[in-house]
Amino acid sequence: MEENYERIPQEKFEFVQTDERIHDKKFDTKARGYLADAFIRFKKNKSSVVAAIIILCLIIFAIVAPIISPYNINDKDKIFINYPPFIEEVANANIGIYDGGVTYDSQNETQLLLFRAIAEESGRNPLLSILETYEKETVKRGQVVKVMSYKVRVNRYYTLGIKYMTLSYEAFEEIQKYQNETGIQVIYPYVEAKDIEGISDNPNIWYKVSDNKGTPKLDKDGNFIRAYSTSASKAGAEYNSIRIEGDDGSYIYSIAKSGAVQCRIDYYNYYKYVTGHAPMFIFGTNSIGQDLFCAIGIGARFSLVFAILVSAINLTIGAVYGAVQGYYGGAVDLILDRIADILYEVPFIVVSTLFQLHLAPKVGVVPSFLFAFVLTGWIGMAALTRKQFYRFKGQEYILAAKTLGARDSRIMFKHIFPNALGTIITSCVLVIPGVIGSETTLTYLGIVNLSEFAGTSIGTLMSQGQAAMTTSPHAMFYPALFVSLLLITFNLFGNGLRDAFNPSTRGVED
Amino acid sequence: MLKYTLQRILLMFFTLFIITLMCFVLVRMLPPVELPIEDPHTVVIAQRREAMGYNKPYLVQFGIFLKDVFTKFDWGISDVLYFGQPVADIFLEKLPATCIVNFYSIILSIPIGILFGIVAALKKNTWIDHTISTLTMVVISVPSFVYAFLIQYFLSFKLGWFPFLMKAGTDWFSPEMFVSMLPAVMSLSFGVIAGFTRTTRAELTEVLTSEFMLLARTKGLTRAQATVRHAFKNCMVVVVPAIFGEFIGIMGGSIIIEKIFSVPGVGNLYINSINGRDYAMFMMLTVFYTVIGLVASIIVDISYGFIDPRIRMGSKK
Repeated sequence: MEENYERIPQEKFEFVQTDERIHDKKFDTKARGYLADAFIRFKKNKSSVVAAIIILCLIIFAIVAPIISPYNINDKDKIFINYPPFIEEVANANIGIYDGGVTYDSQNETQLLLFRAIAEESGRNPLLSILETYEKETVKRGQVVKVMSYKVRVNRYYTLGIKYMTLSYEAFEEIQKYQNETGIQVIYPYVEAKDIEGISDNPNIWYKVSDNKGTPKLDKDGNFIRAYSTSASKAGAEYNSIRIEGDDGSYIYSIAKSGAVQCRIDYYNYYKYVTGHAPMFIFGTNSIGQDLFCAIGIGARFSLVFAILVSAINLTIGAVYGAVQGYYGGAVDLILDRIADILYEVPFIVVSTLFQLHLAPKVGVVPSFLFAFVLTGWIGMAALTRKQFYRFKGQEYILAAKTLGARDSRIMFKHIFPNALGTIITSCVLVIPGVIGSETTLTYLGIVNLSEFAGTSIGTLMSQGQAAMTTSPHAMFYPALFVSLLLITFNLFGNGLRDAFNPSTRGVED
Repeated sequence: MLKYTLQRILLMFFTLFIITLMCFVLVRMLPPVELPIEDPHTVVIAQRREAMGYNKPYLVQFGIFLKDVFTKFDWGISDVLYFGQPVADIFLEKLPATCIVNFYSIILSIPIGILFGIVAALKKNTWIDHTISTLTMVVISVPSFVYAFLIQYFLSFKLGWFPFLMKAGTDWFSPEMFVSMLPAVMSLSFGVIAGFTRTTRAELTEVLTSEFMLLARTKGLTRAQATVRHAFKNCMVVVVPAIFGEFIGIMGGSIIIEKIFSVPGVGNLYINSINGRDYAMFMMLTVFYTVIGLVASIIVDISYGFIDPRIRMGSKK
């Protein structure tokens, strides 16, 4: 059959339909956006989800800890320095945590008796447990003597016991008033040095001793014999408050000392009197007497805000720089790339040091620290953006946009940039742990000192903890734990996010 | 290849020059440290400063600095830390400690790292792989001074296996010195091991799934033969340059680990020069660290070309 397609008469044409317009058939399934898709893939990665939850907890900790801590960052206790974690209520429950416990090795009999004496006088037993007992035989004056020594766990807060304190008459009066109101005994009867073999540096001895080493004289039942002073002529101020049990009114509670009174005060209760609450250091205290719980929160707040700020600034600069590089290419690219290369090779520690020396006196520590991070930090981001731009700029839709007369900046940021956004945002998340790590390192080394601005920082806390590591490992342990956890989870989270946003892994796990 | 290498080396010198110039000017802009008045060295140092052109324009000072460095290897005089001693002498004195500690750490960690990487890649998606990968992730994230703390606390203090700090003295190869170095060596090794594990695992996994491996199996090689002859070789293209880079990097060492274990090395010196405001020392060490970084990256780039003929390129990037 011969057909002449070129000359088909008009009447042979007919409409397929005239009543409605033709549409594509609608999808029955729900459309899934890029973000929703990424989120679904992210949720499949269990470790990243766990990491995200932990990050959330750490952020909440950073916000909440300084608020719920009874201390603020400027509270620097002079006595509780490098003290272990302690909460009174938990300590009284005797379950072995938060009891202010430290291990003391090679303690002798006298020391143990002193602990017992403190327990008897103050009603708080410092001795938590005896871990080990060693028996050693030594020859003393020609006789073989058994010497016992102990390894014990004691509550450091309770071993403090009594301290000597010189108070004005008014202060002394005030404490008595407090005692009467609350029934908490702060002032204990005075003990004169002459009654305890001249020992004047141990206020915890309230019993008769046989030598100046503090070996107690015990009665036949093995009890301590009181050595409280009764010489009323030496008494400092009048005392009309709680007296200890067995006091017939003859014990004196202070002695006069050049216009003031010296007395033996129970430091733990005195602390309650001054602050209105018992010591509560959830993470213990550091070497300058700050509450670590609060200090870590403060340090973490700074680290997080700073890291987010740095990555946001670097993202912006890097994106613009990389966009210009990638979009224009050629000579512009070459020159900008050389500049980036040179900056990239400057060691970061040098940059931050020079900025500290030059800028810090003018604009402050934190801005100069920020500049140091920004100076070299954007380079990675720029390289990333540049690569993305090279990938997209040759595509047809860009040509179409150009043909329609779009300006360069519009093409760059409206048409190309959104394509690269996913990759850039995710690498931004991976920048955060890097910044936190560097910040911690530099403050740890003491090159940058943020204490004046932020109160403290995790690195500073760690270097303080490092100094007293053997006696109070908690001061190093908690900040180290916090920063490790933060960095690990941020990296896990970032990796999970990167995989989720990477379309090439799409459907691989299914 | 030769052209590319020369290009890179020229670029390196250019970069080094720019960085040195910038740092030099910035350092000289700082007011020089006040000298103690009675000390007999003060006169000498003041004269040295005059000779180094402290009162001349910065570019003239830089010229004098370069001339001294190139003709006499004279980097100036320490005016705070080692009063009146030449910086270069002190630096050379400190270099061995850093190098030895880091050398041990690399010798220890490279085989372990590569081994873990290979095991993880061969046992991909088994519990062994998951354990190794997770540990690698954790170890890479945690800063090195946290390990230093753990090692110092548990191994040195609690168990008493090692001394707390590195032994003083210059008997670098005596057994006691070796033992006292171990905590620092171990702290440094963690990161390096994890780095190599990750690189090796990633590379080997990619190679093992590529098509030429399938071909190798098809032509009759056993899995072991194919892995050893084809996969390892290709995976080493990335791993070996990293080893070269690491070996150059050992000179730089780790500043923080040196401080913690009081290794009498360059890193410790650097921290002291920063905190003590010893600018001549700071300047020399800055140049030193920059050179280390530059040389390491160049070695890595060039060795790619030497190892893998496919990358032997005259073109850039």
